[in-house]
Amino acid sequence: MYTVSKNLKLTAIILMVVGAIGLIYGFINVPSSVEEVQELIAHDDHAHDSTLNADHAHDDEHAEHVFHQLQNKPWASIYTAALFFFLLSAGALAFYAIQNAAQAGWSPVLFRVMEGIAAYVFPGGVIVFVLLVLSSLHFNHLFIWMDADVVEHDEIIANKTGYLNVPFFLIRAAIYIGGWAFFYRLFRKNSIKLDEGFDLALFKKNFKLSAGFLVFFIVTESMLSWDFIMSIDTHWFSTLFGWFVFASMFVSGITVIALVTLYLKSKGYLEEVNDSHIHDLAKFMFGISIFWEYLWFSQFLLIWYANIPEEAVYYVQRIEQYPLLFFGTFFLNFLLPLLILLNTEFKRIPWIVSLAGIIILVGHYINFYVMIMPGTVGESWSFGAAEIGSILLIGGLFLYVIFNALTKAPLVVKNYPLIKESKHFHY
Amino acid sequence: MASKVLNVFYTDDDILMEAIKKAQSKNYQIEEVFCPFPVHGLDKLLKVKHTRLAITSFLYGLVGITVALTMMNFIMIVDWPQNIGGKPSFSLIENLPSFIPTAFEMTVFFAAHLMVITFYMRSKLWPFKKAENPDPRTTDDHFLMQVNVGNNDIQEVAEFLHSTGAVEIDLKK
Repeated sequence: MYTVSKNLKLTAIILMVVGAIGLIYGFINVPSSVEEVQELIAHDDHAHDSTLNADHAHDDEHAEHVFHQLQNKPWASIYTAALFFFLLSAGALAFYAIQNAAQAGWSPVLFRVMEGIAAYVFPGGVIVFVLLVLSSLHFNHLFIWMDADVVEHDEIIANKTGYLNVPFFLIRAAIYIGGWAFFYRLFRKNSIKLDEGFDLALFKKNFKLSAGFLVFFIVTESMLSWDFIMSIDTHWFSTLFGWFVFASMFVSGITVIALVTLYLKSKGYLEEVNDSHIHDLAKFMFGISIFWEYLWFSQFLLIWYANIPEEAVYYVQRIEQYPLLFFGTFFLNFLLPLLILLNTEFKRIPWIVSLAGIIILVGHYINFYVMIMPGTVGESWSFGAAEIGSILLIGGLFLYVIFNALTKAPLVVKNYPLIKESKHFHY
Repeated sequence: MASKVLNVFYTDDDILMEAIKKAQSKNYQIEEVFCPFPVHGLDKLLKVKHTRLAITSFLYGLVGITVALTMMNFIMIVDWPQNIGGKPSFSLIENLPSFIPTAFEMTVFFAAHLMVITFYMRSKLWPFKKAENPDPRTTDDHFLMQVNVGNNDIQEVAEFLHSTGAVEIDLKK
């Protein structure tokens, strides 16, 4: 049995506390009135030595706009972090289900690591759900279609209310999150039961469950990405958005599996995991990074080429207001992983895989950031206490939950029919 | 006088692998092994040098992307500027997104084809070439290990190899 080291537990708790402080500071720091924002802007203008402030009415409007954006900012940052870690663990769950459904022979020694990471699906989902409920209660304005005033004056959004309305939205969210958590519980229950004694029926049950889950997952994941992310930019839509988000969460999930495996191995656990297992995980990180890039570019290319205003505006805003982050994801999520993990030997060296993994995780957090922020805070974005605090808070909780889940069962499954093949896996 | 070489036949890949390990422990020189199918781990056991084909493939890919971009630049920008989809910017860098698919395909095309041709040249394969394997059974169900006898006693070597599970031992002509 694995026990979490005191250091790790302490790190997770410190992360959570520091993160919570940062986030609370972010919330307190939000300007409380339009006047305060006007002062801020005026101050900024002095700094830039700009004296072209003739149009006062326009200024007021602008100040109010910025005020709303700054009000959204801490909410958007906690929402980005919560969604990123939740979907990342769901990606690990999908990877686990694929291994089961494919009856893969190489991966069973890593099953418990995957189960541990997927344990965050339920708590992470609950956090996201609570944030969505708060949005629908108008604590924030992340989703403009939830604002009756906006919908009334916007024909495009008004036409979408059959799908985008608060009750139906929350019911769908509950189905996605509840469904994934339910499947996770069943997998986990069967997997632990299999440890007690070999039973082929359990293996077959998990196989069928996995196949069923994957069908349920890809449909709900696609809808989830429309609901939770795409509907922020309510006018805009992209038909491959579900895949795009899936690639991002899937590669992040696999990366976390690799990082946790390397961590446990460095602590002397998981002796059966050899460099061939690491090699395979790194190959997945490499391959799915390319897949992500393929979708990132495909989505961009068609919209750029067709140049239909309501579609192109999505990219215009990102390129004008988030150029560094928008193009940065290309390097962090594609070019660097590609070059670092291209070499066969490098895929087996723990520190290189960890380095690539950290780059991938940072890159995909930024990917989520670039998907969520432009529609919620627009040009008023910045990396401040709220953003970093949110990452630390949710990241600390994530670490705490997954390592706690890892202690609940032996780190390697027993009696799984393919476990022997996995222990002897050698490439 | 060149030393004698024995052709040693096996019918199972696991027995072959064990035999190689035993022969190596006796310091016998294994010249070549012929198999009907790729045997996992054989290359490492025989300390065959790792192929550099992947490096050539990477370089061919770079050639491919260069050729593609040069070609697209010449066709679409320089020689006969074309306005497709309202993007007549007459600049390679501004029209780059639309050339990426072409560049990608050409990269794959160059890398794949030139790598295969390199492989043929490097392993000296061409149409109508006569097979190099000393016995046609190595394309069916037999594994052949060629052992250089060197200064050892040929009878002793043959008897040792027989004890490793060889089904047939011939002297190479």
